[in-house]
Amino acid sequence: MSSSETASHGNADGALYAPARKIYPKKVDGEFRRIKWGIQLFTLAIYYLLPFVRWHRGAGEPSQAVLVDLEHRRFYFFFIEIWPQEVYYATGLLIVAALTLFLMNAVAGRIWCGYMCPQTVWTDLFQMTERWIEGDARERMRKDAGRWTLQRIREKLAKHALWLLIAWWTGGAWVLYFADAPTLVHKLATFAPGCGQAYMWIGIFTFTTYVLAGVMREQTCLYMCPWPRIQAALTDEYALNVTYRYDRGEPRESLKHATLLRAQGKPAGDCVDCGQCVAVCPTGVDIRHGASLGCIQCGLCIDACDGVMEKIGRPSRLIAYDTEMNIERRQRGQPSIYKPIRARTIIYAALIVVIGGFMLFTLAMRADMRLNVLHDRNPLTVTLKDGSVRNAYTIRISNMKAATRRFTLEIAGAAGAQIDLVGETADTQGHLIVEVGVDQTREARVLVTMRGAHAADTPLALTFTAREIGGGASISAKDVFLWR
Amino acid sequence: MSVDNLHDSKIRIDEHSGTPTTGHEWDGIEELNTPLPRWWVWTFYATVIWSLAYCVVYPAWPLLHGATEGVLGWHSRAAVVQDIADLQATRAPILAKIKDAPLDSIEQNPELLAAARTVGRVAFLNNCAACHGAGAQGAKGYPNLNTDAWIWGGKLADIKTTIEHGVRWDADKQTRVSSMPAFGRDGILTPAQVSDVADYVRTMADLPDAIAPETKGEKLFNENCAACHGVNGEGNREVGAPNLFDAVWLYGSDKAVVVNRVNQGGGGVMPAWKGRLDDTTIKALTVYVHSLGGGQ
Repeated sequence: MSSSETASHGNADGALYAPARKIYPKKVDGEFRRIKWGIQLFTLAIYYLLPFVRWHRGAGEPSQAVLVDLEHRRFYFFFIEIWPQEVYYATGLLIVAALTLFLMNAVAGRIWCGYMCPQTVWTDLFQMTERWIEGDARERMRKDAGRWTLQRIREKLAKHALWLLIAWWTGGAWVLYFADAPTLVHKLATFAPGCGQAYMWIGIFTFTTYVLAGVMREQTCLYMCPWPRIQAALTDEYALNVTYRYDRGEPRESLKHATLLRAQGKPAGDCVDCGQCVAVCPTGVDIRHGASLGCIQCGLCIDACDGVMEKIGRPSRLIAYDTEMNIERRQRGQPSIYKPIRARTIIYAALIVVIGGFMLFTLAMRADMRLNVLHDRNPLTVTLKDGSVRNAYTIRISNMKAATRRFTLEIAGAAGAQIDLVGETADTQGHLIVEVGVDQTREARVLVTMRGAHAADTPLALTFTAREIGGGASISAKDVFLWR
Repeated sequence: MSVDNLHDSKIRIDEHSGTPTTGHEWDGIEELNTPLPRWWVWTFYATVIWSLAYCVVYPAWPLLHGATEGVLGWHSRAAVVQDIADLQATRAPILAKIKDAPLDSIEQNPELLAAARTVGRVAFLNNCAACHGAGAQGAKGYPNLNTDAWIWGGKLADIKTTIEHGVRWDADKQTRVSSMPAFGRDGILTPAQVSDVADYVRTMADLPDAIAPETKGEKLFNENCAACHGVNGEGNREVGAPNLFDAVWLYGSDKAVVVNRVNQGGGGVMPAWKGRLDDTTIKALTVYVHSLGGGQ
């Protein structure tokens, strides 16, 4: 057991709590680092800039592409607008997201953790800032071990100020998803009244970003995140993972000794035990011990090792996306197998397609109007002076279009009934007309009166139909007419 | 090993993982000691401190009479008052519009109608439902407000007056007053005559089980009842005399009920709401009752 590992457990003395071990990940360059930069830039750009993307919907509607309008209970996503009763689209989206996570995991392990998770992306951003101000790992270790100097205080202050600035900007971007972004930015900047909640949320997110990305870092992944625990149960022998190919690497020798052994035709491992894979690891893991909960599989150790292999003239990818099974197969002299397309991935992909397709289908086919009819509960029926029987209904017509629409209301199933709309008079053709504003629901009270005395008992089945004037769209709802 | 405890002798380093054990062992199964990070325990202490601070700042500890106040002086009742004030502030603009709008015009304006019905419904449930029922369906002696039979008139202005001044409400000088004599109780009519009048009224209403009392019923009716209820029993809203032949019966149409009404006379009482409810609420209430369906 190496000394570094004892430190990582930190409880050789049987202590009840492990002290946090400070990790100084070294800077590295390479293929995977460049992929990470690219994804980082892309995801951060989406997060910070998306609220400013405009999307014209028409008069009376917000023109922000992505907007969670809590006040009016609407969610806007480009051409999609979700009403509260359609929140199951959000559920579907979360299901698809979970399945996508499982699929990524089945193909190549913790891609989410290593490249896309906000915790990873922001920690990377904070570490970049840290390196820029305080220098790389070795330099920071030396400075932390050394005495406090004015220069050191200045660096620390600058670093934390920059971190807070990024954290504040992150919190600031968050609130912009809940209101018209340019307007809110102006209001926040001019300290306009009524922004208390926005300031509070910015404060909360500034704090959480600063703490999670600046202070907690890998502790979040190791102790707080449920995904590593779930992930271990969802993986299989075919899933590619960042793997130390010990079939090639062992036995570890110094470069000089290995060269000597090879010259004699004896076996020698490629691993020169330089420790670069551990030095660059953002979570302080030694990949050579195999897959572990702490490994977020970001591939930075691959870059570090490739750099060393290149220098010593050995083939690259001593650490690579590979499987334990393949290592064992190669040791037995069998060829490696890679099976990205297998039952597990096919099922995940099929589920994503089916659920995603169903959501898209319902989204495309959903009506842009709704009609709800609610019979009065109390009284169920009203007897009028002349013995006529009246039933009253509350109807709600929802207009989900970005235009004011007018509907005629028709009721079938009660021949000879008089139909009244409280507050509205029929037009010259006897049509009852309900006008519903842009993206609104209109509630109206409908009275259905069967004239004359009746002795009937069987309830009448009524069909309420709202028909758009000049649009041809119509929607129906059923209810009953009761006699007593 | 620096920890001295009973299990000390059993604490060892597990060869496979390199992690120390806790020293606990059950039938050969041992437990690895993988402790929580120290920040976790600090977080726990922080929550303890938070809870203590919370006890100081907010009402927390129950006492014999009440509870500790908390230095912030926060009170759930005050929070409710604030919430209600916020709600009223939100409603103020639309209530101001209702206040300024002529009573007859509110139902023609969809926005005002919706608001008046909402405000009116809540006021109705709070103040009127005890007698008239949650759906204004009424009960024996309490009119159904959904129907088109109105004792004191079903126009907006009539309804408003009734709400404002009540019915037979002595404390209000403008209250709606009428008093049907207690024909039986006061000996104006004999029991047989009361029975004949009741039969006559029920015949006028064309009730299926009505018994025609020949001509004496009609004569008694014309002498005693027609002054207020009209020769044909059509009623008179000026004096709050109900129509006697329509299908709506305030107390019921059974013979015994009708006899009882003729014997006892009088009528129901409704409080005057002017002064107890503000003018805007009364206006909204008027529109709500009118829009139930029976309004004229």
